[in-house]
Amino acid sequence: MRFRFEVVVTLREGLLDPQGKTIREALPALGWPNVAEIRVGKHIELVLEAESEAEARAQVEDMARRFLSNPVIEDFRVLAGEGAR
Amino acid sequence: MTLRVGVVVFPGSNDDRDAMRAVRLLGGEAVAVWHRDGKLPEVDAVILPGGFSYGDYLRTGAIARFAPAMAAVRAFAAAGGPVLGICNGFQILCEAGLLPGALIRNRGLAFVCRWVHVRTEGAREGWPEGEVLPVPIKHGEGQFVATPEELERIEGERLVALRYSSSEGLVDERYNPNGSAHGIAGLWNAAGNVLGMMPHPEHAVDPDLGPTGGLQVFEWLFAAARAFAGARPQPAPV
Repeated sequence: MRFRFEVVVTLREGLLDPQGKTIREALPALGWPNVAEIRVGKHIELVLEAESEAEARAQVEDMARRFLSNPVIEDFRVLAGEGAR
Repeated sequence: MTLRVGVVVFPGSNDDRDAMRAVRLLGGEAVAVWHRDGKLPEVDAVILPGGFSYGDYLRTGAIARFAPAMAAVRAFAAAGGPVLGICNGFQILCEAGLLPGALIRNRGLAFVCRWVHVRTEGAREGWPEGEVLPVPIKHGEGQFVATPEELERIEGERLVALRYSSSEGLVDERYNPNGSAHGIAGLWNAAGNVLGMMPHPEHAVDPDLGPTGGLQVFEWLFAAARAFAGARPQPAPV
């Protein structure tokens, strides 16, 4: 069966996100002075073949941990199924 | 004995030729190693050069880390072989877990391309303490970061090799070009045979072309390569 997942990777809490900071600093000039925080990350979509959703999810989490994110600097979330879109 | 230094060439490497030229300038023999080669030729040291391996896709160094040549480099380092990672090479070493921490986008987001000074630390054979080296940097993602515990370990075990400084060797935030934690520009591994650095020593070895702060780095690499070659079992004479 085919399963669709999305992996969201962001810089870890507590690490300065230079891109997020720069975007936030640009917003007041555009009329949005009320944005307190912005974090920029990566959005990765995957479709994979597996026996079950649990097996597919376990594989995606393994990929996310070992390759798609760097645990030294990043956190990730795995979103699955129809809720992913 | 002429020392042989392997320079790994990834798709997107662009300082491999300068690294090979620097090795030859110091009297060594430079050997290009293709990223797909799972086995290193007989070499006494390895350089991971600067550039943008695999387009820096996903993260800098994230894909290069899984190249067949990197498995060979990992084994070479584990056997005590000296490895020098420059710029993208430093990023690859961090991704591969051969050095602690990671390199992220520069504070201020701008790509930095200019001469800086760095001060040496962690004295060892071929590497003096407190030397100030003029070297160029050119990177968009050179901000060294690590968790507070990891930074404490790095300082406690004296793993810092280079810090950004003034021309007099003063380490201060004013001289930190990219926001690196503790002004770190280069790191040793715990065994002291792997050195990663953001500045480019290979662009600073020829007096005809400017300052030669890079020579010190190659002097360490050659000293370590000589020691490694000497310790290796030699083939029996025929």
